[in-house]
Amino acid sequence: VHELSLSGAIVNTVVKHAAGRRVTVVSLRVGALRQVVPDTLAFYFGFVAEQVLIPARVRCDPCEREWEIDMPIFRCPGCGGAAEVVSGEEFEVESIDVEEVECIAPR
Amino acid sequence: MHRTKVRVVEEALDANNTIAQTNRDDFDRASVKVVNFMSAPGAGKTSLLERVLPELHGVRVGVLEGDVQGSMDADRLASLHVPVTQLNTGSGFGGECHLDANMVRSALPSLPLDDIDLLVIENVGNLVCPAEFKVGEDTRVMVCSVTEGEDKPLKYPLMFRTCELVLVNKIDLLPHLDFDVGKLLYNLDAVHPGVERILVSARTGEGVDAWRDWLVGVVERVEAPA
Repeated sequence: VHELSLSGAIVNTVVKHAAGRRVTVVSLRVGALRQVVPDTLAFYFGFVAEQVLIPARVRCDPCEREWEIDMPIFRCPGCGGAAEVVSGEEFEVESIDVEEVECIAPR
Repeated sequence: MHRTKVRVVEEALDANNTIAQTNRDDFDRASVKVVNFMSAPGAGKTSLLERVLPELHGVRVGVLEGDVQGSMDADRLASLHVPVTQLNTGSGFGGECHLDANMVRSALPSLPLDDIDLLVIENVGNLVCPAEFKVGEDTRVMVCSVTEGEDKPLKYPLMFRTCELVLVNKIDLLPHLDFDVGKLLYNLDAVHPGVERILVSARTGEGVDAWRDWLVGVVERVEAPA
């Protein structure tokens, strides 16, 4: 259900940039922290939705440490402080492939 | 006919975020602070509102009640003589599982913004989708009840990380459950370090005063200049 809601948002963004042209491919950047299931998201589209999954990375400034997380744990194992998200919260339309109709009418 | 790649690089939820900001501007102009109130179904959102809304230390409050269908919750709150606006996300069976900025926008004309200081938007019961959609709120509060399991913050990190306050409800049931509150709070702090939390029971009233004070505190906030 989550993916269906997000599909609507993607379609809105795509339609705006397509400006009436036929869309064949939509390329997305999806952060691991967004809890999106790629196959489910792809299921809702009639066109190809290419998805690049961005791993979740966090950083602890005092420890000058950066690491990837596979569980949503945001405490630094070194100092116990709160780590900041570096990547993994993306949910972006990166590009779309569109079909351009040649303009034959003289201007 | 040829194919072209068009570079977009835009947050997919940009359209929603823009409308949310427009809502927020309207709320700011009316000097109304807004709380987006979320939880899983049955965690006790409406009960916790029933406990505090009748007496909010002089704060004039209104409620925007989001539900897939029906007005059961709105009817409960209306009996407290608080202005309640119902917002159904679907007609018939199967509506949206969350409120988005546009739905809230559509309800703006029916909200008595000039007569309230605080608007509580009770979102649709769901731990996933509502977290994705800003509606124009100043802050987010969620309810997690002790009948739900200690691992919930780890399973729904987006929701737990996006809230400023977590109300841990139904603590009157603890003697009857194999629920480890310490474990829940530990997981909560791992997912959202330092997040505020209040242990409450809508049934016995325990912790309700702290919840009321927190809510009143939202109205007294002075926004730092952007």
